[in-house]
Amino acid sequence: MNWLSQNLHIVGQLLADHMVLSIPPIVLSLLISVPLGRLAAGSRRLRTPLLTGTGLLYAIPSLPLFIIIPAVFGFSLRSPATMITALTLYGCALLVRGAADAFASVPQEVRLAAAATGHSPWGMFWKVELPLAGPVLLSSLRVVTVSTVSLVTVGAVIGISSLGTLFTDGFQRNIDASIVTGIVLTVVVAFVLDAVCVLGARIAMPWRRAVSRA
Amino acid sequence: MNLFLEAVQWLLDPANWAGPNALGLRILEHIGFSAVVVLVAAAIGIPAGTLIGHTGRGRGAIIAITGGARALPTLGLLTIFGLWLGIGLEAPFLALLVLALPPVLAGAYAGVESVDRATVGAARAIGLTERQILMGVELPLAAPVIIGGLRSAALQVISTATLAAYISDTGLGRPIFSGLKTQQYDMMLGGSILVALLALLVELCFQLVQSAAARRAEPHRTQTPASERITA
Amino acid sequence: MIEFDAVRKEYPDGTVAVERFSLAIPSHRVVALVGSSGSGKTTLLRMVNRMVDPTEGSVRIDDVDVRSMDRVRLRRSIGYVLQAGGLLPHRTVADNVATVPVLEGRGRRQARAEALGLLERVGLDTALADRYPAQLSGGQQQRVGVARALAADPNILLMDEPFGAVDPIVRDQLQQEMRALQADIGKTIVFVTHDIDEAFALGDEVVVLRTGAEVAQRGTPAEILANPADEFVASFVGAGTARRTLRIREVDGRDVVVDGDDRPTGVLER
Repeated sequence: MNWLSQNLHIVGQLLADHMVLSIPPIVLSLLISVPLGRLAAGSRRLRTPLLTGTGLLYAIPSLPLFIIIPAVFGFSLRSPATMITALTLYGCALLVRGAADAFASVPQEVRLAAAATGHSPWGMFWKVELPLAGPVLLSSLRVVTVSTVSLVTVGAVIGISSLGTLFTDGFQRNIDASIVTGIVLTVVVAFVLDAVCVLGARIAMPWRRAVSRA
Repeated sequence: MNLFLEAVQWLLDPANWAGPNALGLRILEHIGFSAVVVLVAAAIGIPAGTLIGHTGRGRGAIIAITGGARALPTLGLLTIFGLWLGIGLEAPFLALLVLALPPVLAGAYAGVESVDRATVGAARAIGLTERQILMGVELPLAAPVIIGGLRSAALQVISTATLAAYISDTGLGRPIFSGLKTQQYDMMLGGSILVALLALLVELCFQLVQSAAARRAEPHRTQTPASERITA
Repeated sequence: MIEFDAVRKEYPDGTVAVERFSLAIPSHRVVALVGSSGSGKTTLLRMVNRMVDPTEGSVRIDDVDVRSMDRVRLRRSIGYVLQAGGLLPHRTVADNVATVPVLEGRGRRQARAEALGLLERVGLDTALADRYPAQLSGGQQQRVGVARALAADPNILLMDEPFGAVDPIVRDQLQQEMRALQADIGKTIVFVTHDIDEAFALGDEVVVLRTGAEVAQRGTPAEILANPADEFVASFVGAGTARRTLRIREVDGRDVVVDGDDRPTGVLER
C-alpha cells in the first residue's frame, strides 16, 4: 500500500495509457467483424477462407506480432499504432467467427417471415438480423474485451507503456507491490469494460436480458 | 520489406544454426517446454473436467475459473512468480500452467457435458458399467471438444512461452529479447517469424487431429466438424 | 414373473413419484403401464432394471429381489427399448445391436452375424447394418432399438414410450409388427406409455395409473373399455366420446360400424 500511495500518479498515468490502448481495438474489431461475419454466414464460398484466415491469425503469438507489424506497416516499434493494429487483428480473429455464428443462429423462418412482410435486405439486416444476432455477438465481444485488456500488458516488454509497465518495472527493480498492483488493475479494467459491454447490450437490446457465456 | 529480407537472411545464416546458441536448440527448448506444460495441464484438467461434466457437480467453479483466467495478464504472473521463485524454469512453468489449465478444464467439461444425456441413460439402461460409459460413450463423443480445449491451451502456451525468455533464458523468446536489447532488428524479427511459424504448425496439426476426432464422434458427417458447421 | 411389492419412491428433492404400488406381472405377457406425466410409470419401469431403486418395498423377478443382483448384470439380462431408440450415435447399426453380446464376451464376427439376423427379424434391410443411427429414419432407429434389446435374448423386455417419437402411420406399423414379433418370441414385456391407444394396441393387460402410481384400474383392454372403474379411467380412455361409441348401420346388406359422429370406421364380419 505504501508503494502504491507513493506512485499513485504514475499508476494513474499507466492506467490511462492502458485504456487508450485497449478501447480502440475493441471498437474497431467490432466495426470490422460484424460485416465480415455477416458475409461469412451468408456465403459458403467466403466462409471457409474468412474463418480459416482469421483462425490462423489468432494463432500468431502476440509478442512476435508486435514486432512483425511495425516491419509490415512501417510504424516505429514503440508506437501505439502498432499495439492498436495488432490487437484489432486479434479482436477480428475472434469476432469474425463469433459474428458468423451469431448471424447463422438467426432462424431461417424469421428471415423468411421478415422478407414476406416486405423488409428490404438492408432493412432486414438492421431490423431483424442484427438484433437477433445480438446476444451471441455480445458473448464474443465480451471475450474480445477481456483478452484485449490482458494482452495490452505484453507490449510493456518492447517498451509500450501500459499497466504492463508495472510488471516489467516491478520485476527489474524487485518490487512485488508494483506487479501485484498491475495484475489487480488489469483484472479490474477487464471486468469494468466487460460490464460496460453488458450494460450497453442491455440498453441496445431491452427485450431480453443479455445472455452471459463464460 | 527490407527488414523482412534481413530477417530471412538472419534465419538462413548457418552461423545461427550452430554452436551452443543454435536456433534448432531454441526450437527444441520451446517445443519441449510447451509440451511439458500442456501435458501436465492435460493430466490435471482432463480428469477434473471430465468428472465435473460426468457428475454435473462444480459447474459454477468452471465458469468462474475460465471467465476469470482470461482477464489474468500472463506477463504479470510470469514476473511475480519470477520474483518469488527466482530465475529458472519454475516461474514460467507455473505461469504457463495457470494459463493452460482453464481451456483444458473447460474443454473437458463442456465436451462431456454436451453428450446427450439420453444417450448416456440408454447406455446405462442396457448394462454398460460407469467406466464403459465414460470410456466408450462419453469420451469418444466429447473428444472433439476436449481436443479443442487442448488446442487452445497449446496455442496459448506456445505463444506465451516466448515471454518466458523475459525471466529465464529459454526458448524462441531468446533471440527476440536479445535482439531487443542490442537493437538487432533482424534477430528480433527472425525469432518472431520462427515462433509464428511454429504456432501455425501446431495449430494446423491440432486442426487435423480435431477433425479426425470429430469424424469418429459424428461418423456420418464427413465434411466439417460440428464446432465449425454453420447452417446459413 | 415380475412382482412389485409395495414399492414407494421418494426422490431426494422430496417429490414422491410412487406412493405405494404392488403388481404381479405373469411371464410371457405384455403389460402396459399407462398414465399421464407424473403418474410415476417410468419410475416403476426403471425399478425393474435398477435404474431406480425403490425407497421402500421390493421388486422381484422370479422370486429373486433385484436388489440382491448386480446392477450391470441385471441390466444386461433385460432388454430395454427407449424412445427414439437411444442408440449410440458414434457406432454403426450393427455395432449398436451387438453392444451387449460383445460386452458379454461374444466374438465380434459371431455377434455381427447375430445382429444381422436380428435386423431382419425387426424388418430392417441388412444393408443398413453399416450405417450410423443419424442416417436412419425415426422408425428405422426404433426398430434398431428393438433389435438391440433382443440381442442378449433376454426373458424380459422393458419399453419406455417405445414408439412415441415416430409419426402415427409408422407407429401403427411398428405396433402391428411388435404384436407379430411377440407372438413369435413370447417375452415378458412391460411397457409404459401415455398413449391409451398404444396400450390397447399392444397390451394383453393394461394398468391405468393416477398420480403417484396409484392403480386406477387393471384389466384387459376390453374389460377396461367395457367397464371403466371410475370417472378418471372413463375420461382417460375416452369412454363416451364419439371415437369410442360405435354403432352399426346397415348399408347394402352389410353391417358398417360408425362412430358417434356417424363416421364409418369399418365393416362388421359375422
